[in-house]
Amino acid sequence: MNRRLAVLAPATLLVATLAACGGGDDGGSGGSADSGGGDTVLRVQAAASLTDAFDQIAEEFEAQNEGVSVEATYDSSGTLAEQAADQAPGDVLATADENSMQTAVDGDAIASGPEVFATNTLVVVVPAGNPAGIESFEDLDGDDVTYVACVDTAPCGAIAQTLIDDAGFTNEPASLEPDVRATLERVVADEADAGLVYTTDAMSASGDVETIEIPGAEDDPTSYPIGVLEQSEDAEAAQAFVDLVLSDYGQGVLSDAGFGSP
Amino acid sequence: MTRGLGRPPLVLLVPAGIALTLLLVPLVSLLVVTPWARLPELVASEEVLDALRLTGLASLSTVVVCLLIGTPLAWVLARVEFRGRSVARALVTVPLVLPPVVAGVALVSALGRSGVVGSVLRDATGVVIPYTTPAVVIAHTFVAMPFYVLSVEGALRASGERYDAVAATLGATRWTTFRRVTLPLAMPGVVAGAVLAWARSLGEFGATVTFAGNYQGITQTMPSLIYQTLQNDRETAQTLSIILLGVSIGVLALLRNRWLNAGGTTGAGA
Amino acid sequence: MSNGLLARIEVPGRLAADVEAGAGEVLAVIGPNGAGKTTLLTALAGLVDMTGHVEVGGRSWTDPPLPVRDRRVGWVVQGQALFPHLSALDNVAFGLRARGVRRSEAAERAQAWLDRLGVGPLSGRRPGALSGGQAQRVTIARALVTEPDLLLLDEPFSGLDVGVAAALRIELAAHLADFAGVTLMVTHDALDALTLAQRVVVLDDGRVAQSGTPADVAAHPRTDHVARLVGLNVLAGPDGFTAFRPQDVTVSTARPEGSARLRWQGRVSGLTPHGDAVRVQVDTRSSAGTDLLADVTPEATAELALVPGAEVWLTVKATAARTYDRGPDLRDSP
Repeated sequence: MNRRLAVLAPATLLVATLAACGGGDDGGSGGSADSGGGDTVLRVQAAASLTDAFDQIAEEFEAQNEGVSVEATYDSSGTLAEQAADQAPGDVLATADENSMQTAVDGDAIASGPEVFATNTLVVVVPAGNPAGIESFEDLDGDDVTYVACVDTAPCGAIAQTLIDDAGFTNEPASLEPDVRATLERVVADEADAGLVYTTDAMSASGDVETIEIPGAEDDPTSYPIGVLEQSEDAEAAQAFVDLVLSDYGQGVLSDAGFGSP
Repeated sequence: MTRGLGRPPLVLLVPAGIALTLLLVPLVSLLVVTPWARLPELVASEEVLDALRLTGLASLSTVVVCLLIGTPLAWVLARVEFRGRSVARALVTVPLVLPPVVAGVALVSALGRSGVVGSVLRDATGVVIPYTTPAVVIAHTFVAMPFYVLSVEGALRASGERYDAVAATLGATRWTTFRRVTLPLAMPGVVAGAVLAWARSLGEFGATVTFAGNYQGITQTMPSLIYQTLQNDRETAQTLSIILLGVSIGVLALLRNRWLNAGGTTGAGA
Repeated sequence: MSNGLLARIEVPGRLAADVEAGAGEVLAVIGPNGAGKTTLLTALAGLVDMTGHVEVGGRSWTDPPLPVRDRRVGWVVQGQALFPHLSALDNVAFGLRARGVRRSEAAERAQAWLDRLGVGPLSGRRPGALSGGQAQRVTIARALVTEPDLLLLDEPFSGLDVGVAAALRIELAAHLADFAGVTLMVTHDALDALTLAQRVVVLDDGRVAQSGTPADVAAHPRTDHVARLVGLNVLAGPDGFTAFRPQDVTVSTARPEGSARLRWQGRVSGLTPHGDAVRVQVDTRSSAGTDLLADVTPEATAELALVPGAEVWLTVKATAARTYDRGPDLRDSP
């Protein structure tokens, strides 16, 4: 009997500790604005395709707000939304599709927003020099063409699947990559003849890949929503960042990166 | 029997309890949150069946490849003195500490269709390794082999060269000695190493998805399917995890009864 | 050339010895731990690097160097080295199978040897299910079944019960009498050397300290180790060795009268039963240069109050002691 108690004691202890940690987080989100003393860290979680544009906007934000540093995390939208819904620490969430954002909304993780701030469309990219001689989207349907796309659980993959289905391809992708960056990397490394990525990704790698437009892709755009997270410890600064993204400056940066306007 | 030695001290019991809790709580939680009602429907889906089939095929192939080339490597490391043996032994352990994604990147740069070896192979024969099931096995073997080699090498060292010497005085060649003496004596290490390699292969994701790719029925294993499902449907991902967990535990339990316990006392006939 | 064994073996830092034995001869190798006995055997088997030469049955094993498996040796290792995963029969048949004998014939010959050594009914057992004596019989069968030119026995009776060892010693003597090759037997037991060997080599510190017939070596020990083995007291003096038996030593507690030359003072360091007598070990290192043994009756032990630490005098009549020269084959220590 005693032995059993001795084993249970640490278990209880651990559970109690975990519970205390959880409580701490909740408390943190309640006590919002008293962190203005020293350096404030603003945690921005954004879809991988936003990497270059958001890095630039974050730099501008830091320049405008003395003592605030932006810590941006880029990952697949689905992963970030799941984490946000799980109350993972963070201040701003920007996803590459509205479905992912809905996960966060359903998880009561969005305090303000979401608001669509950009759109993106798919293009075909081929390695520099186009070794396989791909001239059009239809050329992907050749038997000996190796092309890659995002996995259909990711926004870029869902659109790619729609385009491929609509075109009635019989040649299937060689691989469905976890996210758009991995898809692009396959093409940059010449591990695939072609890949389906966002216009913005194609532009960011313009030295390594060539871009081929997909007719009708603009009919299947993806919308990028942004919102302030419920668990933000500095909702004011988070809202300021969202505002900067929506400002003329932010829209200019996004447009330069290849994003469409909402 | 141990009562006479006194009560187990709290200094040991408390950390042991914490360790056990740390291991059990996530697993039990997974069981608790899983939507069990969807299990039969999921198990019967073509996507899951394909992933299960491929996971089984890849992990078993990995074990076979380890047996065929890992065993000789372990023997060479344990029995042959050569310059750079300690370097070779250190190299074998590198994949153990390498993040799997880095292992995948390394494999792409070697065997990818534009890789150092892969491009030569493609130009010469037209064969492309990535996006194929063999690529999955190569990735799994890369990350699982160290577990196997270390286990077998340890067993070979433990059994010592004494029996090798006796076999030599009886007129046996080294190959005969290896087959009839060295390997049978190292069998517990071979079995343990094979189980470790198999388990490592079962859970392998990073190197596989980076090198081999991810496509249903060809390169998509259970961990890849779970990862991609997790992006938009956590409940399904949890259920899939339960399936993988169930299969792993089932096979381990089976092996434990058939091999791991019995091996120590009776052993199988030669 | 020779039909037997002719060898000069040098293993740096461990052994430098000439060994010679005729065909059919049994050569006992004795000496203290670390003297190089096992090194000698493993060098002959080809298992350690050596310089020098080895010739067996008129054929050189060293020029060109012969791999272990091509030397026709039978090796009975110290302790047990039966393959634990094979049955007794498969252990014995192993050497035949390795040399290309067909399975059925190998099994037949192995069974015959197991029968000869009295363990035929145990042929299906694994070594783990055999007693020490049974396992050693299987080991000997395994070494002899391949009809080696050189049989190497490394302490074949160590670790066995006294009775088991005695029975096996008698049997082994019979098998060795039939054996045409050369046998080298490392032993710690004077009885083995005296009953089984035609010649004895005494190793000390990696060198041959003495060699000769067992009777000669036992009568004229030239090392403390051999003296202890044969139960003699041996003193090294300027004009040779002086040897005398423990039962010829007189023990007294008072300084003896007279002017006996063979008289030493010391302290009792141990008492052990020895047959009907009590063997008293006396620390006489200050007076004699070595410990001495004396056999006294139990009554005398009580009467003289011999307990460890007691001061005693030891005397030996000159007629009971033999003095002999350093032999011509004695190598000077470095």
